Amino acid sequence: MTSLPQPVPGAKKLGLVIDLDTCVGCHACAVNCKEWNTGGHHAPLPDHDPYGKNPDGVWFNRIHSYEAGCGSSSRTVNFPRSCLHCEQPQCVTVCPTGASYKRAEDGIVLVNTDICIGCKLCSWACPYGAREFDEDQGVMKKCTLCIDRIYNEALPEAEREPACVASCPSRARHFGDLGDPDSPVSKLVAERGGVALMPELGYAPVNRYLPPRKATIPAKPLERPAAGSGNALLRLIDKVLSR
Amino acid sequence: MTPASSVLLLTTLTGFGYGLLAWVGILAAFGLLPPAPLFLPVAVVVALAFANAGLTASMLHLGHPERAWRAFSQWRSSWLSREGVASLTTFPPALAFAALWWTLGPDAIATRALGLLAAALGLVTVVCTAMIYASLKPIRQWHNPHTTPDYLIFAVFSGAVLLAALWALWFGAAVALAVAALIAALIAACAKFAYWRYIDAQKPLVTLASATGLTAFGTVRPLDQPHFTENYILREMGYQIARKHAVKLRRIAVGLAFFVPAILALLAALGIAPAITTTAATLVALIGLFVERWLFFAEATHVATIYYGR
Repeated sequence: MTSLPQPVPGAKKLGLVIDLDTCVGCHACAVNCKEWNTGGHHAPLPDHDPYGKNPDGVWFNRIHSYEAGCGSSSRTVNFPRSCLHCEQPQCVTVCPTGASYKRAEDGIVLVNTDICIGCKLCSWACPYGAREFDEDQGVMKKCTLCIDRIYNEALPEAEREPACVASCPSRARHFGDLGDPDSPVSKLVAERGGVALMPELGYAPVNRYLPPRKATIPAKPLERPAAGSGNALLRLIDKVLSR
Repeated sequence: MTPASSVLLLTTLTGFGYGLLAWVGILAAFGLLPPAPLFLPVAVVVALAFANAGLTASMLHLGHPERAWRAFSQWRSSWLSREGVASLTTFPPALAFAALWWTLGPDAIATRALGLLAAALGLVTVVCTAMIYASLKPIRQWHNPHTTPDYLIFAVFSGAVLLAALWALWFGAAVALAVAALIAALIAACAKFAYWRYIDAQKPLVTLASATGLTAFGTVRPLDQPHFTENYILREMGYQIARKHAVKLRRIAVGLAFFVPAILALLAALGIAPAITTTAATLVALIGLFVERWLFFAEATHVATIYYGR
């Protein structure tokens, strides 16, 4: 059913919190995502010419790099982009078959590839570019929030988190229930002023991005021989060499 | 947005088909069609053939055409599903309309009522098709108040030229319909110019700063791409050819779709070889509307490409 589930107050909203301050842009999350998901819920993921000149395939996670700000205050921001598991996902409501759906119990947006007709309309309805079409199987695919890991009782409890979160070497990715204001991820968002992407479009994304911290480490001023002080010989050498 | 020929064929051909159906249905309801027993059934069959050709073409772009029947299920939320339901619902009353015209005659209440019903359902299908595009919030060139009225106007125009051609071929002259086609062509051209004015004045929906949540830092510029080859998103939504040649392509589109058919309709209205001029008007309008629809896709920009700085 592509009508959205009725919102229940206090319902679980599983999602990711991505720290743009500590993301180092290593692409490990994207690689581990591809690795897990090519054997997971949506397996296999197309992977054409992977070592050739024109590699092409479906990835659920893409890592951009941007320069934010101008001049001396500008900075590099690495920006992982994946499905935000929106509360108002138009990708779900436009689906003519019911293949695209949002789970009432945890808010995860999924595709049933057994009934997807491959019309691609859902990818047009997503402003975040999160859905990618599998040309080999003729169906749409997307991030599942590693539904086959987070509920997987065959895995040790500590590993029941999305592959991207598990692999992040700088702990820039956090997974949890954003519907619960007391959850660690909700507290992190509150503390760091986490933001939603393109809120003006009204999709109400669940995932949050923590903006880079503005504070920089103050550098000590460079040492310069001040005029009128220090060794007279050095002052003379400085004067001669400065000509 | 990359124009897929299957979708271009769908929207133009169903416009001709359901437009023609709307014209004959409404004219028959008001008793304005000549009572030739075969003319209307032939016109209905032509209309349904156009619609059917468009619907079949649209199946070709599906990843799984054999599952297309599933698309009738989600009419509560999806305009694509509604389009499927409406397009098929139009066929039985349209066929019954033609059959009753043949058996009970043009003046029977049932014939007229079914004509009106078929016409209404045809136009509803056109509205559903338009709403597929008009409802997509990430594409500002589609998600605006022009899209749906434009699709209706273009369907009424294409139905008018097609009916004028059939009429002229059948009866030898079609003055009133040629005038109607001429007026429809001019209204359609005005609608298209108004649409272009509107989208040219639009501002982009978002900035890269709001798309990345970095508004507090001022401007944001792309530094490194996530991948150095094209991916699905860029192939499907990062189409840039039309933006380069926009002015020339717009002239070609309105010229072929509306102005040349308008001149040919004027000649037909003046009684100059009506069968030839109206047929030519239909063919040129078909090609022109195909170009217009190509441009409707090619000029559309998708918000998601902003992440790639496009």
